[in-house]
Amino acid sequence: MNVIEVSNLKKNFGKFTAVDDISFSVQQGEILSFLGPNGAGKTTTISMLLGLLTQKSGTIKIFDKEMPQNRRKILSRVNFSSPYVYMPYGLQVITNLKIFSNLYSVPNSEKKIEELANIFGVTHLLKRRTMALSSGEVARVNLLKAFLNDPEILFLDEPTASLDPEAADTVRNLLLKLKQERNLTLFYTSHNMQEVERLSDRIVFIHRGKIIAEGKPKDVLREHKHNTLEEFFISLARSEEVTKEDAK
Amino acid sequence: MNLSLQRIWGIIYRHLSVYKVNWARMNELIIWPFFELLLWGFISLYVRTISNIGYVVLTLLGALLLWVVFERIQQSISTSFLMELWSRNLLNIFVSPISVTEYMMGLFVVGIMRVGVAGILLWLFTLLLYKVNLLVIGPSLVPLAIALILFGWSLGTIITGIVLRYGQSAESLAWSFAFFLQPFGAVFFPFSVYPEWVQKIIWWIPLPHIFEAMRAVLITKHLPWNQVAWAFGLDAVFLVLAFIFFGAMFEQARSKGYLIKIQD
Repeated sequence: MNVIEVSNLKKNFGKFTAVDDISFSVQQGEILSFLGPNGAGKTTTISMLLGLLTQKSGTIKIFDKEMPQNRRKILSRVNFSSPYVYMPYGLQVITNLKIFSNLYSVPNSEKKIEELANIFGVTHLLKRRTMALSSGEVARVNLLKAFLNDPEILFLDEPTASLDPEAADTVRNLLLKLKQERNLTLFYTSHNMQEVERLSDRIVFIHRGKIIAEGKPKDVLREHKHNTLEEFFISLARSEEVTKEDAK
Repeated sequence: MNLSLQRIWGIIYRHLSVYKVNWARMNELIIWPFFELLLWGFISLYVRTISNIGYVVLTLLGALLLWVVFERIQQSISTSFLMELWSRNLLNIFVSPISVTEYMMGLFVVGIMRVGVAGILLWLFTLLLYKVNLLVIGPSLVPLAIALILFGWSLGTIITGIVLRYGQSAESLAWSFAFFLQPFGAVFFPFSVYPEWVQKIIWWIPLPHIFEAMRAVLITKHLPWNQVAWAFGLDAVFLVLAFIFFGAMFEQARSKGYLIKIQD
């Protein structure tokens, strides 16, 4: 069953076309990595999926409901985490989590926070100020926040960026464990191609606003005659004009 | 419209929590009004020595109390929004299911709480420093304060809309807007002082009506309900315009991508 369906999505900023007529879908319980070089249109697309940005044309359906018309209904069933979006850093971690529990109308929030703090190993951090946390600790707290409403889809924007290898591995393992336990759908962006190969069920590769490759990582590599996603990524990023046919 | 009290409380709790960890934030509620009070208190004591107007201290300090209500509530709304920008938290809020109305209602309530604290402190300081009890204005203070709160909400909402559109470069408006408006509000002097052509323009903002009404209460002991009605009528117009403006700015921010770039 598709939980996300995007059809002919287009977004312009003046004369610049950021997203150019893209279509894709995401199945329930799938990890889909949405890849592309800087400026490819990833952030624009994810922002439209989250209702932060309105499309010029095309449709986005999440849980069979159109975005942005059903923004609030959809957002109550999904969540988002990014190392580039912070929680108020002067406040204690527990206070921030209570604030977001209220915004997501989480019942019995203290119990929920306690349970999730155990899962993410951050119980000892709850009374600390958010500004006093290390990058790895912030990443785990951000993920905890993203699980407060038991999301069915989790949008993750480079969740392991700026983490050391051990912290990144911890985050990946946690995500995989929770994904399996909850049949969670993950919509993932990352520049770490090894991570993408390890985690993804499918990838969608976007370049200059157009989708130029999609499928299972191994199939994409076979089709495009590359050994690793990193190699594929570099070759596409360095090419000038790439279409889906050129990429093959 | 399906409003959630829990989500509105989430916004209120977010802004009240700041005081728990950072007492210096109380400065905005205590220090500023206190120094304004010192200035206007001494001015009014001086004016009393050179004139025979008995109610001059009460008039000036009463005007100051009401001005603080308006100024604090407007600044509270605008600066609360700026706090989300400074802490890069805005996107986290707007990817949650909160509606713009719930968000703004949360900010409105926080504004009332801050004004409540500032107002009580100002009343106490006035009593202690100048032996003037502002409560002698009586129950008339209530409709006048409500009219100012409504106008403060309107302006706070408009300034927040401007910040949403123009980003942090417009943030100085949060502090300066009330200051720019003060000379045209007939706050500390009668409406009749203005040239006729200025009177015709500023008649269309609620402030002169409210402050004229306050002075009338002190002089005649009666609240001029016609001026209060004008103030509330204009408040209603400004509130509707403010909501329309903010809604349009929010939609423009979602269309042009300002909402995702505003934190940068």
